[in-house]
Amino acid sequence: MRRIIFGMLGLSMLLASCANTSQNNTSRLDLIKNRDELICGVSGKIPGFSFLGSKGSYQGLDVDICKAFAAAFLGDAKKVQYRPLTAAERFTAIKTGEIDLLSRNTTFTFSRDAFRGNGLSFAPVVFHDGQGLMVKTGSKINSIKELSGKSICVGSGTTTEQNINDAFEVASLPYKPIKYQDLNQVVAGYLQGRCSAMTSDRSQLAAARSGFKNPSSHIILDDVLSKEPLAPASDGRDYLLADAMRWVVFALISAEEQGITQENVYQKLQMAQENPQLKPMRRFLGVEGDLGEKIGLNNDFVVKVISATGNYGEIYNRNLGPNSAVPIPRGLNHLYSNGGVHIAPPFN
Amino acid sequence: MNKLYKVYIQFFLLVLVIAVSAILINNLLANLSRTGLFFNLSWLLRPAGFALAEHPLAYSPSDTYAWALFIGFLNSLKVIFGSLIFATFIGLFVGIIRTVNHSLLGFIASGYITIIRQTPLLLQLMFWYFVGFLGLKDNSFQLSNDILGISNQGIAFLGVSFTSEFSSLLLGLSVFTGAYIAEVVRGGILSVSKGQWEAFRSLGLSSSAGLFKIIIPQALPAIIPGLTSQYLNLAKNSTLAIAVGYSDIYAINDTVITQTGRSIESFILLLITFLFLNLLITNFMEAINRFILYYKKT
Repeated sequence: MRRIIFGMLGLSMLLASCANTSQNNTSRLDLIKNRDELICGVSGKIPGFSFLGSKGSYQGLDVDICKAFAAAFLGDAKKVQYRPLTAAERFTAIKTGEIDLLSRNTTFTFSRDAFRGNGLSFAPVVFHDGQGLMVKTGSKINSIKELSGKSICVGSGTTTEQNINDAFEVASLPYKPIKYQDLNQVVAGYLQGRCSAMTSDRSQLAAARSGFKNPSSHIILDDVLSKEPLAPASDGRDYLLADAMRWVVFALISAEEQGITQENVYQKLQMAQENPQLKPMRRFLGVEGDLGEKIGLNNDFVVKVISATGNYGEIYNRNLGPNSAVPIPRGLNHLYSNGGVHIAPPFN
Repeated sequence: MNKLYKVYIQFFLLVLVIAVSAILINNLLANLSRTGLFFNLSWLLRPAGFALAEHPLAYSPSDTYAWALFIGFLNSLKVIFGSLIFATFIGLFVGIIRTVNHSLLGFIASGYITIIRQTPLLLQLMFWYFVGFLGLKDNSFQLSNDILGISNQGIAFLGVSFTSEFSSLLLGLSVFTGAYIAEVVRGGILSVSKGQWEAFRSLGLSSSAGLFKIIIPQALPAIIPGLTSQYLNLAKNSTLAIAVGYSDIYAINDTVITQTGRSIESFILLLITFLFLNLLITNFMEAINRFILYYKKT
């Protein structure tokens, strides 16, 4: 009995000390500016999105989005500290304030956004993905039906786990999920023959396959199990930071719509300064009006962002384009004007 | 006067403990409400919505989170008690080998202990799983039809099959803890005075009879406490199951947290579960210890 009491007491002390996060009512945005550094949660393990490159620095689409935020908030894309997080750690890391924001191929869902769910706030989608299944070409499996009763390697603590379950329930097929904590283990389990198929977002399957010895002996099935809109996220109670993040992402998309690139941004700026009649571009680049100030940033934040990372299309091509290490067809991720779904509201 | 003084001290300590815990618990609650994570367990009754590859009792994704966690607990118990038994046998066997003078066996035993104790458990588990089982790829090992079959899908023994995740965890934990138990056993045996060995030999008992009837019963009181702490370590180490894809309570908790966002409640439940389990092991081992000490006296 005494042991139980002491045990419980020790436990409660441990918990009490854990929960002692110092949060107050000022916005995270001010904290970031005072610190002069952005702490960005990434995966660190997915080629094309966020991974440690050969030069020892993080690279990828998610990483470039972090840089865009740092350029907008602090005027310098280099002032980012990256925190590699597992799928299970990421939301707790935001809620406890360990990181400022998450740019970690995170699917935007109802319960993650909901106040009484995970309580996050999502910035606009930066990559439209969908969950798929990868099998070995030799297995003669062509659709989800032929996977009935088979083992499937899946990462635990992700929407992937729920989607695969939903897909098999809808088809009323039995299956055995073999759950691993991270994608590298899922890949190892699949390659070693523990499972007949592995499932993940199609972009991640493509990224993983690019590292296989024989990429051509694996195929990604045509079945798309889910919509996976991947978006940066922050703590849902901090609307100031959420506003700022939202408009930084829209600025990347809008810049592509307007043909403003990393290379020509300063020419465009000069053009806007010299031609008072170019109202929309003057507002967008902060020559006129106070759009930046309205979201707690400098008026020229768009110039800083585009000169640091380029527009959305440039970021996409650098990391996932045809000449990159992980080519993924742009598909839904084109601008709305090219048949995709990316569109930015007006900067008015 | 002196007695009154002691009462005051006790009273003061009690007040201090209550005050400190009150402050800490209040701090916890205040911080929980500030982060918007109010303590709440009603989510436990909602449907889990994820499947499990291994479940000793009936389970489907429409069962509750509470049931999913309970299934995880059973999976944990299964692997903990399985490896507890194997580790004890390995430890006893190797520990005894280390104390008798046999150079080849002794060399192998000390090699085993050295390798196992100098490498991290996580690495060993991954080795057993990814290299040991999954490394078999399409090859499989069959011992005279249906008695024993080993493949990358697991072990089939006399018609009962175990998944490769369970088998590698069982093997890894048993081999790891066995090495530590062997040292505890060896220490216990060496603690029995040399005179006892000479005594049973002079009585004409064989080595093995002497060892099991004279030496080990006397070594037990020295072995049990060390054994207890190895058992406790084993129970806690079983949470490394997540590294080899086995659905123990910790792995399931991991999924539950990402789906519900209820990390504080989940971790409290997890901590209480392990506290309870380890208290059970401790008390059970203490009962055995008391029994042995009582038996020794009479």
